[in-house]
Amino acid sequence: MGTFKQYSVLPGFNLALGFTLLYLSLIVLIPLSAAFIRTSAFTWPEFLAVVTTPRVVASYRLTFGASFAAAVVNAIFGLLVAWVLVRYRFPGKKIVDALVDLPFALPTAVAGIALTALYAGNGWIGQFFEPLGIKIAFTPIGIFVALTFIGLPFVVRTVQPVLEDIESELEEAAATLGATRLQTFTRVIFPTLFPALMTGFALAFARAIGEYGSVIFIAGNMPMISEITPLLIITKLEQYDYAGATALAVVMLVISFVMLLIINLLQWWSRRSMAA
Amino acid sequence: MSTIALPTPAGIHRRAATDEPAWVRRTLIGLALTFLTLFLFVPLISVFYEALKKGVDVYFAAITEPDAVAAIKLTLTAAAIAVPLNLIFGLAAAWAIAKFEFRGKNLLITLIDLPFSVSPVVSGLIYVLIFGLQGWFGPWLAENDIKIIFAVPGIVLATIFVTVPFIARELIPLMQAQGTEEEEAAVVLGASGWQTFFRVTLPNVKWGLLYGTILCNARAMGEFGAVSVVSGHIRGSTNTLPLHVEILYNEYNFAAAFAVASLLALLALVTLALKTFVESRNGQNRDRENPNEH
Repeated sequence: MGTFKQYSVLPGFNLALGFTLLYLSLIVLIPLSAAFIRTSAFTWPEFLAVVTTPRVVASYRLTFGASFAAAVVNAIFGLLVAWVLVRYRFPGKKIVDALVDLPFALPTAVAGIALTALYAGNGWIGQFFEPLGIKIAFTPIGIFVALTFIGLPFVVRTVQPVLEDIESELEEAAATLGATRLQTFTRVIFPTLFPALMTGFALAFARAIGEYGSVIFIAGNMPMISEITPLLIITKLEQYDYAGATALAVVMLVISFVMLLIINLLQWWSRRSMAA
Repeated sequence: MSTIALPTPAGIHRRAATDEPAWVRRTLIGLALTFLTLFLFVPLISVFYEALKKGVDVYFAAITEPDAVAAIKLTLTAAAIAVPLNLIFGLAAAWAIAKFEFRGKNLLITLIDLPFSVSPVVSGLIYVLIFGLQGWFGPWLAENDIKIIFAVPGIVLATIFVTVPFIARELIPLMQAQGTEEEEAAVVLGASGWQTFFRVTLPNVKWGLLYGTILCNARAMGEFGAVSVVSGHIRGSTNTLPLHVEILYNEYNFAAAFAVASLLALLALVTLALKTFVESRNGQNRDRENPNEH
């Protein structure tokens, strides 16, 4: 077995670890376990029935579909933004770089009402789509817009440091050996960035699945059409259906844990390929 | 690395083999900026435009009416409790994790990150399950006339939950990178544990600590989903600023909703400015290694 802790001359281990574990248990672990313990009131078939009604399944499909689409767009444009910020110079670059983190700092409710005003039929951006018969706000497309906004920094901030660390020797070698610039990108640069890109994609996707604040304003929230799963949990709570809300919460928690596992594996892969 | 667009005469190509042609560069910059404009810059500007559309008088009336002031106070209160608690937690967790070797360390780091991956709605719900009327302690709390859910304590708890990881995850990699030699030297020279901590460790991590605190505070003041579940939305008493925005918006009082929202947008801009300043003082962008924030 060996010892739990290696010897150190520094004091305070017991106090620091004890406080950390106590705080984490009281604030995070015990409350989270409450959700799982409360669902044990259900039998397994009852639980399955509650979390697979047509309205709930429609909300999963929407939540996952819109989150996936937003994460794909963020992967493509996040890579582009990271590339432009690392490789090129242009006026206002420092401000643009700082503002990329805006979705981290701006409260989701503010993002929600701002995007709704912009992408509504009479909004600054929505008015250009209205004549084409495309409605963005109060439809699933609006949900996609909101999720793209909140996921925007993840890919940029995971790809950026890897791109900064790529050594120019590799690219020079590729050019010397006769590769075109495009070949160098697809065969040398992109494979190096790929683990970080996937990590950023997974982070944006995971964040989008649980998102609530920015979505509810722009979604329209029609059952079966534009109702996301977190909203369905709120709806059940408001109807005092605590058991149903908890069952859905457990489904969301399990999905969160799986995503966390995938993200940890991706980060491990990313670090390993950066070290190699 | 980056290319300086030298004014070369037309037709003469002076670029290195590892640079792209100028038209490619311009197209990529243009595409990236168009994307950021549509999804970031225009939404940000529109908050201030909509807030001031009906005039400065309407704006100031909206942010000084009693319910708005009560919401500001509650938001500040929740942050004033949640941020210091998570600061102490972050320091304790980073001290244990970065300065000592023990089993299960990676599991502990993952558990600290857990609140980031939980949906805000679920973060609020779990406290309802414990302290709500139908919750574990619900009947006991009701008997003793203590209100946690649909009251201020619930809002504070939900705010603490969603901001637990911010300061810890800034400090852990920083303190790991700094190692233990300086602290060991201090202890060998006769400093007590607390002296070592306050005179050696704390000055070494002050920028990282400030950085984490800024991000923690922004999230604490802006949290919507988790707080919404436990708040009960009672105007003037359990409404935080983001919830007040929602109420005004749902009453079609758009000018007032955007006026209050503009306060939060200003907070976001101040946060970004401070963050950029701390990063430049720190000499490196450590946040980029930890993009799993929020």
